[in-house]
Amino acid sequence: MSTVLTLAYLLAAVLFILGLKQLSSPKTARNGNYTAAVGMVIALAATVPQLRFTSAGAIIVLIGVVIGAAVGTIGARQVKMTAIPQMVALFNGAGGGAAALVAVAELLKFGTHPAFSEALPSVFSIVVGSVSFAGSLVAFAKLQELMTGTPITYPGQQLVNGLLAAAIIGFVIAVLAIASIPFSFLALMLLALILGVAFVLPIGGADMPVVISLLNAFTGLAVAASGFTLNNFALIVAGTLVGASGSLLTKLMSDAMGRSLGNVLFGAFGQVQKTTGAAAGKEGRAVRTGSIEDLATLLAYSRRVIVVPGYGLAVAQAQHAVRELADLLEKRGVEVSYAIHPVAGRMPGHMNVLLAEANVPYEQLKEMDEINDEFKDADVVLVVGANDVVNPAARNTPGSPIYGMPILNADQAKTIVFMKRSMRPGFAGIDNELMYDPKTIMLFGDAKDSLTKLANAVKAA
Amino acid sequence: MNNELLNELTFFVLAVFVGIEVISKVPTMLHTPLMSGTNAIHGIILVGALLIAAGANSPVTIVLGLLAVVLATTNVVGGFVVTDRMLEMFKGRQTTRTPEATKTK
Repeated sequence: MSTVLTLAYLLAAVLFILGLKQLSSPKTARNGNYTAAVGMVIALAATVPQLRFTSAGAIIVLIGVVIGAAVGTIGARQVKMTAIPQMVALFNGAGGGAAALVAVAELLKFGTHPAFSEALPSVFSIVVGSVSFAGSLVAFAKLQELMTGTPITYPGQQLVNGLLAAAIIGFVIAVLAIASIPFSFLALMLLALILGVAFVLPIGGADMPVVISLLNAFTGLAVAASGFTLNNFALIVAGTLVGASGSLLTKLMSDAMGRSLGNVLFGAFGQVQKTTGAAAGKEGRAVRTGSIEDLATLLAYSRRVIVVPGYGLAVAQAQHAVRELADLLEKRGVEVSYAIHPVAGRMPGHMNVLLAEANVPYEQLKEMDEINDEFKDADVVLVVGANDVVNPAARNTPGSPIYGMPILNADQAKTIVFMKRSMRPGFAGIDNELMYDPKTIMLFGDAKDSLTKLANAVKAA
Repeated sequence: MNNELLNELTFFVLAVFVGIEVISKVPTMLHTPLMSGTNAIHGIILVGALLIAAGANSPVTIVLGLLAVVLATTNVVGGFVVTDRMLEMFKGRQTTRTPEATKTK
């Protein structure tokens, strides 16, 4: 490696680290992303002069970069705010796939008996990159609702996954110890792709952000491994940074849900029948509904109202409507605050972003720990498109998939107004006892529509 | 073990510690943007994809190289752009209330 290249990579690595540091504070986060992007441009600009192009190589690099840049830009620009988590999953899968392909190309170059120190990182990159690629696609499909978001389990699933893992280990040993032939590492890739699918299938849609974060860390490690194969410092450092910070972030995310990572990844096994049975038993129970006028009067003459926003708010794009209602109530002297559950929406921070877009004052957004003791003093809790985050089953029903998750104490308020499109269960696929609470009034319909009607009725009240 | 491999191992181990240390105090609301930002950074695999694609000289390496460059570029470009879109929402943080609302309160 030339001196210039090495120094450029060093500079890029420093910028990545600074970028990550800035990304972990709200004030500097946006600049952090730019800092990291500058690091990326420097690393790439320093690499290009080192390349020795064949004529075919020059063409495919040009075509590849143009296509990739177009797909990336259009995908990232066009995607709706609500669909961003699955978009991140797709981009992550692309990175994992690229890492696996780079490793395959290197193994082909090394011949039948590569040095152990080259072959080991290559097979690691193939396996982990492929798992990340396939797993990310399944995560995308679950979040995009191309397939069911509920955990998919079948008898003997753990045995099948175990056999898959054993077969992968077998092929790894074959490549490392016997001979590195295309058949072996292509079979390895195929098996790893299947494992990636099998790994994500039994995980519920509500847990996908954690899974995407884990697969993101996987891709980082696969990239670092490819760096060992190519003897490339930039890949090793950047990939490892992502692998390490991504692993910690995965842990922080599952902590925020009050669950262990093991529970998120393997919790579906043996629990599904129990909960579906319980949910079925509750169907057909009566709920209370209220008219817009009644609810508007109730809200207008309250002292304290707490809004609990959820994914439904994002889907209905009701953030402006909820703020209008809140402003009207505040004018009448009602104290309004928003209770933000750490995993409300489909990604942490989702609600903060949406409400900030509607210019909801920052001081009104309260984190769960901060506001949970205030629910008992609230006259009305307005649940807008949230469900699992206020489900008392998390406290009361051992065996429920969300048992143990910290929830907002909405059930302690004097009245709960539950705005929902239908009685359909939330993303975790379980029934919500709170809807049947005698203190609860259901308001069915599109969240934006209902909020606008409520606001008009409050004006008249 | 040769010298180069030892160097690489050193970088690897140090990067693990830096990676953990640097994000250890991130607030919940930045979890997703941070995940997305790190996602863009592992798009550095584009460097590797360029290295194999540039030297492509057989049908197999051409296909592998092209696919790798497309995927890696998508990862880098899409990753940074989508992270920026998420973070652009955080800027309107200051209270931008209408004067009437404050007066009547």
